[in-house]
Amino acid sequence: MTLKKYAVTFALGSVALLTAGATVSIAQSHVNSPDPLLGAPSVATETSNVAGVTGHAESGKHLYRRFCIGCHGPDGNGQGMNAQWIDPQPRDFTEATFKCRSTPTGTLPTDEDLYNAITRGFVTTNMPSWRPLNPQQRADLVAFIKTWSPRWAKEKPGAVLNIPPETPITIESILHGRELFQKLECWKCHGPEGHADGPSASTLTDSKGVPIKPFNFSTGERFMCGSTNRDLYRIFMTGLDGSPMPSFADVIQPNDAWDLVHFLRTLQVALPNQELTLWQTYKAAHGKDLKPIGPDSAGGAQ
Amino acid sequence: MSTKYPEGANRMNMKWSRWKTVLTCAFLALAIVVCDARTASALPTGKVMAIPAFARKYGLPCSACHTAWPELNNFGQVFRDNGYQLMNDRDSPIWQNPSYFPISFRITPAWHRETANNQVFDGPGGANTAIGNVTQSGFDLSGMDLWSAGTIYKNISFVLLPSSDPTAVWHFESAFIRFDNLWHSPWLNVKFGRFELDNLISEKRFLFLSGNGGSYQIYHFTPPGDVNNFGFGDNQIGVELAGHSANSYTRYSVSVVSSNEGGVNFTTDVLPGAPPGNRTYDVNLAFSQAFNAPGPPGESGFGQERIGAFAYIGQRPTGYQTEGGGTTQLVGIDNKPFYRVGFAADLSYKNLELMPLFMYGHDNAYLGTAALGISSADPLPTGAQAPTFYGGFLEAHYYLNPQNVALARFEQINVGQQAFANSGNGSSSNGNITAYSFGYRWYPIMFSRGGVALDGEYSRVRTIGEVPLSGDGDGIVGNPNNAVWSSSIYFGIDFDF
Repeated sequence: MTLKKYAVTFALGSVALLTAGATVSIAQSHVNSPDPLLGAPSVATETSNVAGVTGHAESGKHLYRRFCIGCHGPDGNGQGMNAQWIDPQPRDFTEATFKCRSTPTGTLPTDEDLYNAITRGFVTTNMPSWRPLNPQQRADLVAFIKTWSPRWAKEKPGAVLNIPPETPITIESILHGRELFQKLECWKCHGPEGHADGPSASTLTDSKGVPIKPFNFSTGERFMCGSTNRDLYRIFMTGLDGSPMPSFADVIQPNDAWDLVHFLRTLQVALPNQELTLWQTYKAAHGKDLKPIGPDSAGGAQ
Repeated sequence: MSTKYPEGANRMNMKWSRWKTVLTCAFLALAIVVCDARTASALPTGKVMAIPAFARKYGLPCSACHTAWPELNNFGQVFRDNGYQLMNDRDSPIWQNPSYFPISFRITPAWHRETANNQVFDGPGGANTAIGNVTQSGFDLSGMDLWSAGTIYKNISFVLLPSSDPTAVWHFESAFIRFDNLWHSPWLNVKFGRFELDNLISEKRFLFLSGNGGSYQIYHFTPPGDVNNFGFGDNQIGVELAGHSANSYTRYSVSVVSSNEGGVNFTTDVLPGAPPGNRTYDVNLAFSQAFNAPGPPGESGFGQERIGAFAYIGQRPTGYQTEGGGTTQLVGIDNKPFYRVGFAADLSYKNLELMPLFMYGHDNAYLGTAALGISSADPLPTGAQAPTFYGGFLEAHYYLNPQNVALARFEQINVGQQAFANSGNGSSSNGNITAYSFGYRWYPIMFSRGGVALDGEYSRVRTIGEVPLSGDGDGIVGNPNNAVWSSSIYFGIDFDF
């Protein structure tokens, strides 16, 4: 091939390249600004600390772009390009409102809470477990997530909930928990049998007005914020901020809370557990004496 | 024999060579300018409708599972190791939308230029009297992948990948079913069908597309004259037992595959008309371990590092059971062994990814002499010896961001021992390969529902005394004492829907 032919080839290739580049640029001009995270707050100083690992927001920013931006969006407001197809909607980090916390309702979560949420993912949502990311990466993401809201600069996370040792699992504890389930009107959302079919279930919305379903205990799925009895205790003592699930920390005492945990486990009929076995044995012998849970048991279920 | 060509066309002319280099570099620079790394970093927030299989199912961007698609990152590796499951309730075969159907399309329209020197062709003196360059260029298509994969039931998944060449001749590149988490253990997973070997550095998922750069030379190398058709990068057919830790940092696999190079219908190829296969089985073993590299104080770590080792032990026939006086081959017989062993790594230093691989190959002496019609029942001819080779590559990726990656690769293969000391050009270096590849990929569209990558590459391969593996040129080496240089310039638009 002569130099002339080579130059012609080069020119043709360049024209093809420019045409393709122009085409994509035109397409791109319709959809975006130059840097998807251009509007992100300063990240230089934000850090996180989880189990001895220090996360850096600057590193987290790159990870956020790779893994999170599709759902949580370039502005951190949960309006990523996938958001329209996702139910429930992705978390809006600009509000700094998080469901899974170890801190009192209305307060910021700890770094460890956010780290655990990233690690665990949220069952029944599109948020997968990010355990394949190494601990450093997850800590970096925690640091970056904290840059989306000014609350992190102004407030400290709330005091971590103290969870006392679990009380013994007895039929008395379960029965008392059943009374509390009636008295605290948990059944109005979760349903008398925990099927998420209470009279209020269809009316629930989250803090953004988006319809939300209560947890269905009967499926045997793990809870959104963990799977152990301690996790369940924590859920209703801290509440799930941003959802209709309130905190009961000011309403019931720790021992009562454990009783409620024990009863809630009996609703998980698809998940074999000690409480369920105990309850089924008792129910076989005394089932006819039990008042049904619901509006007809205003005097308290027993 | 040879014909004198104008000086300007002599690729060994330093001035001309310099001009080519300048123009080629200018083309690649232009590609980068057009792509404009900074502007290109835009991740569109608009709603673009395109639907790759898993991204649509899970609502994750391509970059969640891929360093740069199709190469997997660790999150994607864990997803794959779990049988294409995130291990949550979204793993159901059909989720959200009953019309969901797990299919993706991939094809790459391209412009490319392929050239090889030291080729024999017809000249003024008659047939095959000229030696020089054979060059071709123009717009072209790649083959097409019609990729379907998904879950059939909890822990049961499948992959079906009909693939065509650019002329729409189809074959099943991959087709397997896998059963995962047997006895609730991630260490026990079984795959059954036609699949890629568990290579730490996958050739099916790599980022080069050009004629010369689009394959790892050592994955397909055999010493000159050797009849062994095994390709480490080629999909094989059989069964694989694999396992992994929860985060896939530790991985192993044991594959038992037919000794027929992934052929179907008891032949040695997935296309009709191939010679019959034999009746033996090969084994592939792979193990890898990943760890996190800590960074300097006050900084995050360098990233994940993975190292691994592999061994493939196989057999290939040196003859055939025949009928009709030898006119029809029935079954491959007189099998002789060979093996490939080596180690590889996938190393990260922040945005830089380095992937070294070393392989040693050893074939039975009869595989090196079978082409001469020597039966394994006969004694080896004087001077015959087991062909061996060694070498590998070092590939580097630099990720400017998830949407822009610069690529480079250096490959070197040396024949350790020729089948005959004086085979080919009589030199011990006969068959050696040296290759350089450079590229740049820009992903202007990297949604959860589709992807487009602009791919620019330059690759140059030197093969001593043999035709290049890429197939460039006409397949006849002019002067076996000289190297054959083959090169590719490639620009393609790689899209995945």
